Amino acid sequence: MTPLVEVKNLVKHFERGGGLFRAKTVVKAVDDVSFVVNEGETFALVGESGSGKSTTGRCMLRLIEPTSGEVLFRGKHVLGYSSAEMRAARRDMQMVFQDPFSSLNPRMRAFTIVEEPLVIHSIGSKADRRARVADLFKLVGLDPAHLERYPHEFSGGQRQRIGLARALALNPSFIIADEPVSALDLSIQAQVINLLMDLQEQLKLTYLFIAHDLRLVRHISTRVAVMYLGRIVEMGGTPGIFANPQHAYTKALLSAVPATNPDVPRARIELDPTLVSHGAPLRQISEGHFAAV
Amino acid sequence: MKQVPLLSVENLTTVFDVKPRPVVAVNDVSFEIRKGETLGLVGESGSGKSVTAFSIIGLLQPPGRVAGGRVIFQGRDLAKLPEPEMRTVRGAGIGFVFQEPMAALNPVMRVGAHIAEALIVHGMASKTAARAKAIELLRAVKITDPEKRVDDYPHQLSGGMRQRVMMAVALACKPPLLIADEPTTALDVTVQAQVLELLRDMKQQFDLSLLLITHDLGVIAETADRVAVMYAGRIVEQGTVREIFYQPKHPYTRGLLASIPGGDAGSRLRAIDGTVPNLASLPPGCWFAPRCRDRMPVCDIAFPPVTGADHSVRCYLHGGQP
Repeated sequence: MTPLVEVKNLVKHFERGGGLFRAKTVVKAVDDVSFVVNEGETFALVGESGSGKSTTGRCMLRLIEPTSGEVLFRGKHVLGYSSAEMRAARRDMQMVFQDPFSSLNPRMRAFTIVEEPLVIHSIGSKADRRARVADLFKLVGLDPAHLERYPHEFSGGQRQRIGLARALALNPSFIIADEPVSALDLSIQAQVINLLMDLQEQLKLTYLFIAHDLRLVRHISTRVAVMYLGRIVEMGGTPGIFANPQHAYTKALLSAVPATNPDVPRARIELDPTLVSHGAPLRQISEGHFAAV
Repeated sequence: MKQVPLLSVENLTTVFDVKPRPVVAVNDVSFEIRKGETLGLVGESGSGKSVTAFSIIGLLQPPGRVAGGRVIFQGRDLAKLPEPEMRTVRGAGIGFVFQEPMAALNPVMRVGAHIAEALIVHGMASKTAARAKAIELLRAVKITDPEKRVDDYPHQLSGGMRQRVMMAVALACKPPLLIADEPTTALDVTVQAQVLELLRDMKQQFDLSLLLITHDLGVIAETADRVAVMYAGRIVEQGTVREIFYQPKHPYTRGLLASIPGGDAGSRLRAIDGTVPNLASLPPGCWFAPRCRDRMPVCDIAFPPVTGADHSVRCYLHGGQP
């Protein structure tokens, strides 16, 4: 197992409010988060809204600047890069967003959207790029005959495929997928999940998968980190986390997963916030399984 | 003796008069809800499940209109009821809860005022008594500190709390039927679980029947007694929750169930190919046929009729002639 990405003590604070007579309040969106994503694996960050999982992903690509911490990509310090170096680095690390409606420019044709990263990085001639975009369309299961269409002419699932084609244009090795299927209907979700797994195998991709749907996480990820109020409270191999959760929050979260059939007994575990010692360090439970208990 | 259903929807058809030609959003939909029962109406976006709910309670906005069928509730056909009488049915007869509690609550009205309004409009309480009743209802939906929360504005509440307030408003006049349209979709998993639990609780406490509209089969599995599966405006399969989950008949239902992730890690999901058809240009035969793995020549002739009594389906695999 070779580490591809290492996140060390990542912190992102947002300042809120503040005025003449009022002190600023600091929101610790990401609070001392560390993890490693190994080459070829699917690492999932799970948590509910406000847990800091998306902010963590965005800080890693410096779409927002973290307050402190380190992000290493292939051993190099990403946070120290100049903007030119960062642009070059982003060829290898890309992002797919949740909302296929707002993440594509409605006034650009599908072709232009997918071609854009190639143009920015001055790759190939016009004809090369056209061929490359057509190949990418086929790769993600879109019909190259629809290259000249606008985003609104595609369905939600197809739009997510366009977003994926754009992310793959520069042959990245690492993709951060932030809730890539949560806006899609169930039958379309399954198609996109299959596509993501196929592409991983075909292109040897490493995924950081940001999600709230634990059924999905269980299906697609090799390792999981559970985030709660800006911190990782539990981390480990997916089967271990699901079979033997240690942290009170992980237990509550797992017990809340909707049943897959009518006869699954309901055993909700409510989170008792007093049981959570906030700020407790991660402790090794078993090989590769850590929990803040 | 057969029990008279509380709500009986018969051949409901809802049309949207749009250019270039009208679109049929709900097509010949029939189902019953018996007393104390939860019917889950499940379907993907655009399947017509929400339009069905709006048609039942007469809240359809033009260009939408009910073009045919009957909605029998407590012996009256709601589809033919004039608006003033319909207003007495909404709230007192049928309560409803929507997906977006923030959009359904008035941002400049206090929580208590929402509940009081429902009580006063239906003559269930005087202005002075309404506040006390509002507090009582907030306690019933398990809002902590209801004496204080009653004076909060909606923006001061979390998503889950807002949904609880919506439920208190819907239940204020003790309606026998509650329609819940995606009540948990906008919520986090743990909050979703709490709201579902509350819904089951309220059903007991208020002796409710429930029409639960959702796209989430997990929610259906946990809450529904019977299930109707909608596709492109039609109900394609109907049965008890166990029949639907363990012996699904329609290839669409089977495909949906196979699309739920959570099987063996890394295994391919047996997804349904293709996308939901455009309601403005439907194929001549079965509307699911273009995506169906079991497609037969007969499927392209006409939409299949309903076969089977209690566990019914519209699919030629299970009989019927075009």
